[in-house]
Amino acid sequence: MSLGFYGPPNAGKTTLANKICMDWLGEEIGVASHLPHETREVQMKEGVEIESDGKKLNFNIVDTPGIATKIDYEDFLKFKLSKKKAKSRAKEATKGVIDSIKWLDNVDAVIVVLDSTQNPYSQVNITIIGNLAARNIPVLIVANKVDLKKSKIKKIENAFPQYPIIGISAKKGKGIDEFYKELFKLVK
Amino acid sequence: MITFQYIPYREHSGLETEAKLNRIIDVVMDERIVLLEGRLRPDEEAQLIEKTMEVITKKFKGISFCTINPNQTQRKNGKKKEDPFSTKLKDGFYKILMGRREGLTIIGPATIIKEIRKDPSKIELLTKAPRRRRKK
Repeated sequence: MSLGFYGPPNAGKTTLANKICMDWLGEEIGVASHLPHETREVQMKEGVEIESDGKKLNFNIVDTPGIATKIDYEDFLKFKLSKKKAKSRAKEATKGVIDSIKWLDNVDAVIVVLDSTQNPYSQVNITIIGNLAARNIPVLIVANKVDLKKSKIKKIENAFPQYPIIGISAKKGKGIDEFYKELFKLVK
Repeated sequence: MITFQYIPYREHSGLETEAKLNRIIDVVMDERIVLLEGRLRPDEEAQLIEKTMEVITKKFKGISFCTINPNQTQRKNGKKKEDPFSTKLKDGFYKILMGRREGLTIIGPATIIKEIRKDPSKIELLTKAPRRRRKK
């Protein structure tokens, strides 16, 4: 079974995927950073086995690049990247978005990772969730970054009332046990 | 000056997805904001993002888009507004008749639309003034 990690850039997809991989495999899947579009290629970790309440679940993790509708190389200059590196990163990021969308056909269940400090009513979120619903792919929405003051899980719950939502901090490990329990419910 | 181009439903409903999206991208790349009557299907929205990514350049930085659907169930203070059976029935017939014609899709260049702020009760379109050449 392939478990996809989808969401906008900088929501914490790789941080969460890393947390799961570290917990159960002892190794990370990729590099997470504060720079947008850090993940620009689909990353995969096969044979991840997790255990919760005596039950076991085996799956492949598919960590996808963040989906965006705009990519401006000048945004990367703000992070002290050279013009050449910023342009190259932007080009790779556009390919990453295309790959993420194409991978929607290859996943069996999806964790949509949203930054709970951001407005959830963005078209990217709506398009991702709309496409998963149209394909009948089971979805669990993760409201990440609940450790931050600006975090508002309620807003995400109001935006997507028909989906299970779990608040976590992938960075601090907060809510991760509840997340594993929800994961079992998702793929039962 | 910001230019809007209205595309009525009858003009795009008969088009194949490829042709429809090319039409939209052409208008947006011409620095105009598309007001499309009706809504795109989720797969068309995903394809619109893919197509946008394929044409991003130093000058064209992508798009901003959103859909306004007047018949979406409103939630106020976290509580779902319960519709009576008659309203649900009426909405059901309306959906069968109207299909994806209801609503409006706004698509514009990211260089002009700075941000679309959307929540259940309002939509705000924040624009940037297009760059003007200085007279010498």
